[in-house]
Parts: sequence; structure tokens; C-alpha cells
Amino acid sequence: MSEHIVSSYDNDLQDLRRRISEMGGIAEKMLVDSIAALLRGDLPLAQTVIASDTRLDILQREVEESAILTIARRQPLAVDLRETISAIRVSGDVERIGDLAKNIAKRALAIGGQLQPQKIAVGVQHMSDLVLGQLKDVLDSYAQQDTIKAVDVWRRDGAIDALYTSLFRELLTYMMEDPRNISFCTHLLFCAKNIERIGDHTTNIAETVHYLVTGETLAIDRPKNDTSIDATAEVGA
Amino acid sequence: MSQISVNTSSAIGHAAAADIDAPIRIAVRNLNFYYSDALALKNVSMNFHDKQVTALIGPSGCGKSTLLRTFNRIYSLYPEQRADGEILLDGQNVLSPSVDVNELRARVGMVFQKPTPFPMSIYDNIAFGIRLYEKLPKSELDGRVEEALKKAALWNEAKDKLRQSGMGLSGGQQQRLCIARTIAQNPEVILLDEPTSALDPISTGKIEELIEQLREEFTIVIVTHNMQQAARISQFTAFMYLGELVEFGQTDKMFMTPTKKQTQDYITGRFG
Repeated sequence: MSEHIVSSYDNDLQDLRRRISEMGGIAEKMLVDSIAALLRGDLPLAQTVIASDTRLDILQREVEESAILTIARRQPLAVDLRETISAIRVSGDVERIGDLAKNIAKRALAIGGQLQPQKIAVGVQHMSDLVLGQLKDVLDSYAQQDTIKAVDVWRRDGAIDALYTSLFRELLTYMMEDPRNISFCTHLLFCAKNIERIGDHTTNIAETVHYLVTGETLAIDRPKNDTSIDATAEVGA
Repeated sequence: MSQISVNTSSAIGHAAAADIDAPIRIAVRNLNFYYSDALALKNVSMNFHDKQVTALIGPSGCGKSTLLRTFNRIYSLYPEQRADGEILLDGQNVLSPSVDVNELRARVGMVFQKPTPFPMSIYDNIAFGIRLYEKLPKSELDGRVEEALKKAALWNEAKDKLRQSGMGLSGGQQQRLCIARTIAQNPEVILLDEPTSALDPISTGKIEELIEQLREEFTIVIVTHNMQQAARISQFTAFMYLGELVEFGQTDKMFMTPTKKQTQDYITGRFG
């Protein structure tokens, strides 16, 4: 894209991109660390994750304020308007991803390193690896304005939903086997749900990238494989 | 218990959606325009829909004002300027020598960048044009003047000083007086050449509000350098560059997802 006649306009938009890229880096690290803290019972690491959320919140506010100022000052149109609006949306999604990672870290502290059995840990790890891959790819697609990569992330999220459903069933089984498992299984269930929600936010970002690049919105219905609602009925019956 | 009223009218500050099925009022076909030997419009073809506002945008010298000036053949005041091609107003080619330009200019009114009130009273500014074509009894003439001032949203401000000079009004009021003068002739089409570029934001707002109302009755073509104004008040937008029509389409689409790179570069301030 060629540059604006008013060069400070370019600076404004670059500044938005820079802040979002920093936010993306923080959110990725928070997710990796929160899962490591959960699975390894690394409590100091969990504390670090919780502490880093503040920076993410500050950045999100800065993006929002600076985008609003850009609208007021420059009255952006076409691709510039889409970029400004997209910055607000993406920063909101990344900030929520940070919140969810922070929540996983808090649950890691609550469980206090007593994660049993190992099989569940593997499931959680696998799910978070998939989501982390999505998060990386969608942040790249935003930085590179690569709509093909974004749509790929959007499609891939179904796999995470499916994994969440199977983890959900497994955890229910453990809880029924031994009521002493209920406490940590519940925490773990929330962690799995948080990871699944992070996947949803990556698809939101993918939709925003598609809008930013093409000016058109993706279809409302994304492929979904979360059937945990049916699982509840099945077990309860 | 308090009632919550729901406003179902269109959103404030945004023009109505484009009516793509509106009949075509002006059809421009293969129009070329020359200032002596210089070609200022190159094979322009486009349609202007009835009772819709069409905005012409583009950098200085792109031919948008030239295009506007062909619709009522005001260029023919200058012997070295000429046009070829067709401009069909209700199917009749206005470039044809058989068309009476005075009659044409009553059908196609024009308002310029700088307000151009005549050095006479407010009343006479409006009655002047009517008297050229019609011999009306005074009471009827009074009615026409009042109607024109009301439609131009100037009546309340001007009704007590109809005999005072039009030159004594503020810039914004003068511009509305010029619009009233145009309306008084019952035109079909109103051409506005940067009508608010010399006005403050309040007067500009009043003119924009007025254009929105006038659209219900007239076909309006406006040249503007203000992108946001074009986006606010028009249903269709045409982007011109170097005498050519680059892109024409519904305004909402033109300002959110233009199809041509040149259009995008221009409306986002990347030209140069």
C-alpha cells in the first residue's frame, strides 16, 4: 500500500499495528506459560502469567483510545477505516485471550500441582498446542494481511471443539469414578473450556482479518464440532 | 410508566440508501469536452438516477466541474469550449443545437461555489428568474417566492426582510438564497458545484440537510472536495481522474470497498 500524503497518518496506523503485535506476543506467552504452569504445577510461573495481564489491558486501552482519536482526527475511509475498526476488534479479542490464560494460571494455583492422571494432562497439552498454533497463525495473518491464512484458522477451529468434547466426556468419567476427583476435574474442565474459548477468539480475529483485507464479512456459521452439550444429556440420563 | 419511543426514521447524518432501480434522469454517452484543443473529458458515459444525489469527486482538474457544466450547457458562454457525444435529459440530447439553452437552464438549475446573489432584494432575487419565463399576478408570485424560500429552509430567517438586499445575508444564507432562486424555476435537476466549500460547519450542515430534503423532489448532482460530505449526502458517487470516469457506484460501497486502486488511493489520501 502506498503511503498517505499526510505522513503522520501512516504513523498513527503503524502505531496501532505495533501495539497489537506486542499484545499478540504477550498473549501467546501467557497461554504457553499458563499451560506449563498447570501441567507442571509451576506456581511461580502461574504468578508471572497473572502479573503480565496488566500490560495487556493497558495496551488494549491504548489501542482503543488511539483508534478513536484516529477516527476523530482523520475520518478514515475504505481500507483505513477497516484497519482502524479492525484494530479495536482484534485488540479486544487478544485482551480476552489474555484474561482466559490468566484464569488458567489462577486455576493452576488452585489445583496446586496435583494434576492426576497423566492421560488428561496429555489431552490438555494437545488441545493447547492446537490453539497456540491457531493463535500464532492468526496473528501472522493479521500482520501480513493474509486472508487465506486467516480463513484456514477459521476452518481449523472445529478440531479444537471436537477435542474439547472428548476431554469433557473423559473428565465426567473421572468425576463419576471418584468424588475426590471432582474438585480438580472441575478446574480442569474450566481450563479446557478456556482453551476452547481462546480458539473461538482466534476465529473472531480471522473473521476480522478477512474483513480488513476484503471488506466483506465471512459467513455467519463457522464449522463447529463442540457436542459437549449432548454429552451432558447422555451422562445425566 | 414511561414509554420508550422507537425512532424508525433513517439514521441522523446519513443519506438514504441508494435506489438502484430509480429511473435514469440523465444519461451521458461518450461525452468528450474540449477547452480549445485540450481534451478535458474523455469518452465519459454514466447515468444519473432520478431523485438521487450523485456526488462527483476527484482531484482538481479531473473534469468533474466540467462535466457538471455540460448538463446545462453553461460552457457555451465561451466560444472556444465545445462538447461532443450525448447528454440525454429524459431522452432528449441537450447538446443538440435545437435545444433552447434558456429553457434548458430553467430545467437544469445550478448553484456555484461562491454564493452569487443578484444585487437586489431577497424577494427580487427569486422573482427575477420566475418573471423571465412566466407572467404571474403579484399574489401568485408572492406565493412562489415564499414556497421557494421555504423549500430552501430560508423562509423563517428571511420573511421579515424580503425587501432588503440579498447581499446583506450571511454566506450560508446567501447560498440558500441561490438554491431558492434555482428551485423557484421548478427545475428537474439541480447542479451544485462545491456549494459548501466557502461556508462554516453550521451553514454547511444546513445545506446538507437541505440537499437531503430536496432529493425527494429533484435529481441532484454535486461536485465536492469533501469526501465525508460525499459519503454523507449522496446515494451514488463517481470518481474522476484526468478527464476520465474511473469508478462509479453506490456511495456506501465506493467509500468502504472501492474496486479500483486509484479510487481507494484518492479517498484515503494516498494520491500523489
